Amino acid sequence: MNKFLLPLGAFIALIALLAVGLGLNPREVPSPLVGKPAPAFNVPLLSNPDKNFSPKDMQGKVWLFNVWASWCVSCREEHPILVEYSKTAGAIPVVGLNYKDKRDDGLRWLARFGDPYLLSAFDGDGRVGINYGVYGVPETYLIDKAGVIRFKQIGPITPEVLEKKILPLVKELNT
Amino acid sequence: MKLLIALSLALSFSIALAKEAAPLAADPVVEQRLIHIAEELRCLVCQNESLAGSQADLAKDLREEVRGLIKEGKTDNEVKDFLVSRYGDFVLYRPQIKPTTYLLWAGPFLLLIIGLFALIRYLKQRSKVVADAPLSEAEKQRAEALLKDIQS
Repeated sequence: MNKFLLPLGAFIALIALLAVGLGLNPREVPSPLVGKPAPAFNVPLLSNPDKNFSPKDMQGKVWLFNVWASWCVSCREEHPILVEYSKTAGAIPVVGLNYKDKRDDGLRWLARFGDPYLLSAFDGDGRVGINYGVYGVPETYLIDKAGVIRFKQIGPITPEVLEKKILPLVKELNT
Repeated sequence: MKLLIALSLALSFSIALAKEAAPLAADPVVEQRLIHIAEELRCLVCQNESLAGSQADLAKDLREEVRGLIKEGKTDNEVKDFLVSRYGDFVLYRPQIKPTTYLLWAGPFLLLIIGLFALIRYLKQRSKVVADAPLSEAEKQRAEALLKDIQS
């Protein structure tokens, strides 16, 4: 009896290990930036090339930094959720980063699907994206009053992620 | 006419290709180091390709970034640290040795040692099992009877 129990136990342990491995999403790479200050940058706005935006402008506020592009398919999926959120009472500001896009395309996209952003910074060559470790748009960062990244969402924000992860954290950071 | 169109198409295509490849020829020393570094780094878009081999847009951008860093005089390790601080340890094909990766590095050897122990135990046990078990008188007679039975 004991003779079979050991290999069976080992087999079950192996299956359990593989099952857990299968359940993980290899696309979700834990970001080393969580818990670190948001990288500084200073780039022009999408709507106005003469005006610049820097994360310092948001100091003292809890805000969302959402990387998007007109060519990004999943952004379209995510966008209505952001639009709706920006209309709710007490919503924190959402700053967009128009990533590796063309100005006209970006503006047209916002005109067509709605603009939930306080403003959108324009990152035509993707340098800001590199500093933020962006590798798959959309990506969203939650940044606290001191300018530290508290949470990163890779891929579209779903209503579930917003309700269960982002909003409770926002509440906590705002108190 | 059709031939002419095809020819001009082919020609414009090759011009486009030539433009695409232009920055590569820039500085052979920098390119050599770029390839050397990029082969050790993972492209995050196509995760099973190295940064050197990937055609993903992000990989092109990152190669450009690494090229810039090399020209600034950064060492190979500084370039890698730059990428790790943004994209995490996952970009390295050869993970660093630190507390979170101890198991990763030592795991195979641990398994080997466990396997060796199990093998030695098993072999020792088996040599005991095969030890002599002499037949009793009654068993001997029965065996002889059986053998006779077969022969007849």
